[in-house]
Amino acid sequence: MKPVAFDYERPASLEDAIALLSGAGARVLAGGQSLGPMLNLRLAQPELLVDITYIPELKTAERQGDGLWLGACVTHAEIEDGAVPDVTNGALAFVAGGIAYRAVRNRGTVGGSLAHADPAADWVTCLSALGADAVIAGPSGERRVPVSEFLSGAFETALEVGEILRGVWIPTLSSAASWGYYKFCRKAGDFAEAIGAVLQDPERGIVRTVLGATNARPIVIDGAYGDESVRASIDSQGGDMDAYDRQVHFVTAKRAAMIAGVRVA
Amino acid sequence: MDGVEGTGVGASVPRREDDRYMRGRGQYIGDIKLAGMKDVAFLRSPVAHGHIRAVDIPDALRSKVTIAADMVGVKAIRAVTALPGFKVSEQPALADGKVRYVGELLAMCVAGDRAEAEDIAQAIAVDFDELPAVHDMLQAREADAPLLHEQWGDNVFLESVVDDPNFDTVAEKATVHIMREFRTARQCMAPLEGRGVVAQWDNRLEQLVVYSATQMPHIVRTGLSDCLGIDHGKIRVIAPDVGGGFGYKGILLPEEVAICWLAMQVRHPVRWLEDRREQLSANANCREHHYVVTAHADSTGRLIALEAKAHVDSGAYSAYPFSACLEAAQVGSILPGPYDFEGFRCTTWSSATNKPPILPYRGVARTGVCFALELMIDAIAREVGREPHEVRQLNLVPASAMPFDNITAKHFDSGDYPECLRRAVEAIDVPGIRARQAKGEADGRLIGVGLSIFCEQGAHGTSVYSGWGIPMVPGHEQCSARLTPDGELELRIGAHSHGQGLETTLAQVANEVLGIDIDAVKLVHGDTQYTPYSTGTWGSRCMVMSGGAVARACQAIGERAARIGATLLQTDVESVQIENGNVVAPGGTVSLAEIARVWYLKPQDLPPDVDPAGLEVTVGYKPDRDTGTFSYAAHAALVAVDPELGHVEILDYAIVEDGGVLVNPMIVDGQVSGGTAQGIGTALYEEMPFDAQGQPLASTLADYLLPGPVEVPDVRILHMETPSPYTEFGQKGIGESGAIGPPAAIGNAINDALKELGVEVDALPITPRRLLALIQAAAT
Ligand SMILES: Cc1cc2nc3c(=O)[nH]c(=O)nc-3n(C[C@H](O)[C@H](O)[C@H](O)COP(=O)(O)OP(=O)(O)OC[C@H]3O[C@@H](n4cnc5c(N)ncnc54)[C@H](O)[C@@H]3O)c2cc1C
Repeated sequence: MKPVAFDYERPASLEDAIALLSGAGARVLAGGQSLGPMLNLRLAQPELLVDITYIPELKTAERQGDGLWLGACVTHAEIEDGAVPDVTNGALAFVAGGIAYRAVRNRGTVGGSLAHADPAADWVTCLSALGADAVIAGPSGERRVPVSEFLSGAFETALEVGEILRGVWIPTLSSAASWGYYKFCRKAGDFAEAIGAVLQDPERGIVRTVLGATNARPIVIDGAYGDESVRASIDSQGGDMDAYDRQVHFVTAKRAAMIAGVRVA
Repeated sequence: MDGVEGTGVGASVPRREDDRYMRGRGQYIGDIKLAGMKDVAFLRSPVAHGHIRAVDIPDALRSKVTIAADMVGVKAIRAVTALPGFKVSEQPALADGKVRYVGELLAMCVAGDRAEAEDIAQAIAVDFDELPAVHDMLQAREADAPLLHEQWGDNVFLESVVDDPNFDTVAEKATVHIMREFRTARQCMAPLEGRGVVAQWDNRLEQLVVYSATQMPHIVRTGLSDCLGIDHGKIRVIAPDVGGGFGYKGILLPEEVAICWLAMQVRHPVRWLEDRREQLSANANCREHHYVVTAHADSTGRLIALEAKAHVDSGAYSAYPFSACLEAAQVGSILPGPYDFEGFRCTTWSSATNKPPILPYRGVARTGVCFALELMIDAIAREVGREPHEVRQLNLVPASAMPFDNITAKHFDSGDYPECLRRAVEAIDVPGIRARQAKGEADGRLIGVGLSIFCEQGAHGTSVYSGWGIPMVPGHEQCSARLTPDGELELRIGAHSHGQGLETTLAQVANEVLGIDIDAVKLVHGDTQYTPYSTGTWGSRCMVMSGGAVARACQAIGERAARIGATLLQTDVESVQIENGNVVAPGGTVSLAEIARVWYLKPQDLPPDVDPAGLEVTVGYKPDRDTGTFSYAAHAALVAVDPELGHVEILDYAIVEDGGVLVNPMIVDGQVSGGTAQGIGTALYEEMPFDAQGQPLASTLADYLLPGPVEVPDVRILHMETPSPYTEFGQKGIGESGAIGPPAAIGNAINDALKELGVEVDALPITPRRLLALIQAAAT
């Protein structure tokens, strides 16, 4: 299938992009790796695409305060290749390398992935586990919300009409921190059936378990890892998960915990 | 595999066509651009079953839209069989009154480009009286099931029975009786290139010129001639480079009929390029079977009798030319596999459902049959407490019995099945795996080994297909050969290569016969205007049939050339022979090129009594028996199952294959590898599910999973060579084999891994979801 006709703009500044987005039927285009198929299938029929990948400030990646600033248009491949500073003891690069195929990673962006908010996407789970913040720019200024709040549901975010996700800020892990990330998918490069992510950072007093690829936003469990608390969270927050979903989510969380060293086999 | 020296039969000659393929210079339907060409998009039915109440087309667009009522005089596609009791379906090019599956064509929209054509389709509103859907082949046969074709009175294209009055007496001798139920998923063929058609009416020639991505150009022409009601001579079908077919491109599609009709109404070329969504959700469906099989054996595992009830989900219409019944007819005749036993009976039903017509896919029914039968053999082995390969050895047709007529009158031409199995067991190292299983895996996974052995009937001809009486019955395969003035050899065949490498292998045949340099051989195919009639490329037939025809045509050219050559050498024809592209006499040599040059350009140098037949021949060929070649193979898989996630990894995969004499062993290995990848897809990944309303639940490759490079292991292929006694060089058809064995071998390997848990798989694909459900059910 082919998209309906649309206009295309490629602004050079965030201000111009925000101005363009104020019109009806305008939509942000980043890497196009999710929006492209939606256009082709005519699931999205925008009147104007605002390509934000030529806005320099959205391409920056630098240490900022006690963390890392990633502009929204930094690609999965740049993260995979170590082109951004490592503040997560390798977690970001590891996760990036497991997203889709290289061709998708070359264009797909961290901001696009979060804004698309597919529950099965990797950054959705990973950045929730790392305790990252989302920075949103809009006509009425800028606001900052934790990623776990930015994601309000399956394919739903805190973005208001006309707003752009400017980037994410990821806190630096202490050197003693450990993490485990276990993605279960049916074939390499496929979207996940279940993702378990566990972070343990004793110096910052954090132990966190995140269950991703649910039917809604990720399930975040703060505090010591326990098989029982994971099962209980699946029961209470898993929505309409069937026996299979419960099982694979439990197992991926358990394996992530083992990799992070907070659970023994 | 290396093969023999040289460039004749048996040599692994690099594929000549790859030079253009690998440089991106192939010419596929999508590369054809004719001046003034417009694009078509089809409006497809969103409902599975219903009467069309009204079609509302905005007035301004009416001239760009075609609906069924506009196509006056165009006949529906009818793929009838001669099998008694067969019920005929009429598949109109555009739905007429009723729709019977989601994706059925409602309207044809034409515009300057595809996007615009889709805009038009989007502007059309269709109102339906929806009917309840038949979404499953078993439900189709329930008394209160809605009827697809009301006049039938039920939803069964054909019920066919293979019976044996003595069956019960024979089966009573058995002490072990095992019954199992199996399902194989509806799949979609996924050639890299989809279907596509460009059609144009040529005023000068008064001819419809049709470019189509097809593996059977002549059959498409016959089908179009029937539907459009115009003579064959008014239609020319050209198949350019074709990017994979697997059976899907052997079908006359309603889209082809519709586009061709349109081309005859308008003054510009028209084009339809199938997209992946159309292919997956509306077109390339295949493979869906259900079996209840009972095996009767003695306490050693010797099979005594086998009975089955099998359903094939044939979808809404009988597809042209293979019909809705080829699949089930095959099930009834090939279920006994490569085994010898006393009693057999089988009833099959081809159910009509509100789904796209089922089409033959590489291996056709064999993949499902092999899965059902080979899982039964392992079940017997478990029951009698023996190694599955030992039980197979007890039951295989021995080499000493060849040629062998089996219980369903299949004529196994040659081979050593027990030896093939023995080599597979050795290659995968069953004893080594047993020792490793006893130790257990450090990562907690469970490993298992599985086998399958089967034969592949190829190149079956008139005697087999006339029995089925489908629209297409292969006869003699023909080749036209001619030497050109500069000594090139043109070979014209009606079959078409859709990736098999015929431009190479048929040149090798010419080289074998005439010694002519393969670079001087040009294959002309894929054009009804230039090639002799043929049913085309399907059923692993080309190397046997076209290969045989090319050999015979080359022999005939050789004889003609020898006569002229003898004249030029001033000797008699008895004293010359053909060697390395030359006519050789004791006293001298003249090349084929020189003979051709003289014949065409210097006829004055020839004596008046020269044989006037010239250097152009058309020869028809059939093997000595046309019941088909039987290549065969044993597949052996080692898998690791993660019992907590239901994930299956293939750790090792070995194949022992006997395709008779291999014309180009490297190409054969490619065929086997590619087929095996597809078989792995059938085993573990590929599924086109439908909901109870008949809605397809996969429409992109994100939902329809194909195995990728990570999922397909390095397959080790070993060869045996038992020539066919009936073919030109002893070659056998081998194009489908790879796709047949994997679900059975992998299914058996998984069952072996999970033996202690009491789990047996019963449905394809074996997904984590299915496997965990089985594991959980076994645990409670
Ligand atoms: C074959 C395939 C496999 C894939 N597998 C995976 C996988 O395993 N794991 C995974 O995580 N992802 C996977 N993806 C998705 C991929 O990671 C995409 O890159 C990502 O989902 C979207 O990023 P994008 O930059 O391409 O966004 P786009 O497609 O350009 O946009 C996506 C959506 O977000 C909006 N948007 C984009 N950027 C912004 C912004 N800065 N502010 C506001 N709105 C914005 C767009 O308007 C659109 O609605 C896969 C994609 C493909 C095609």
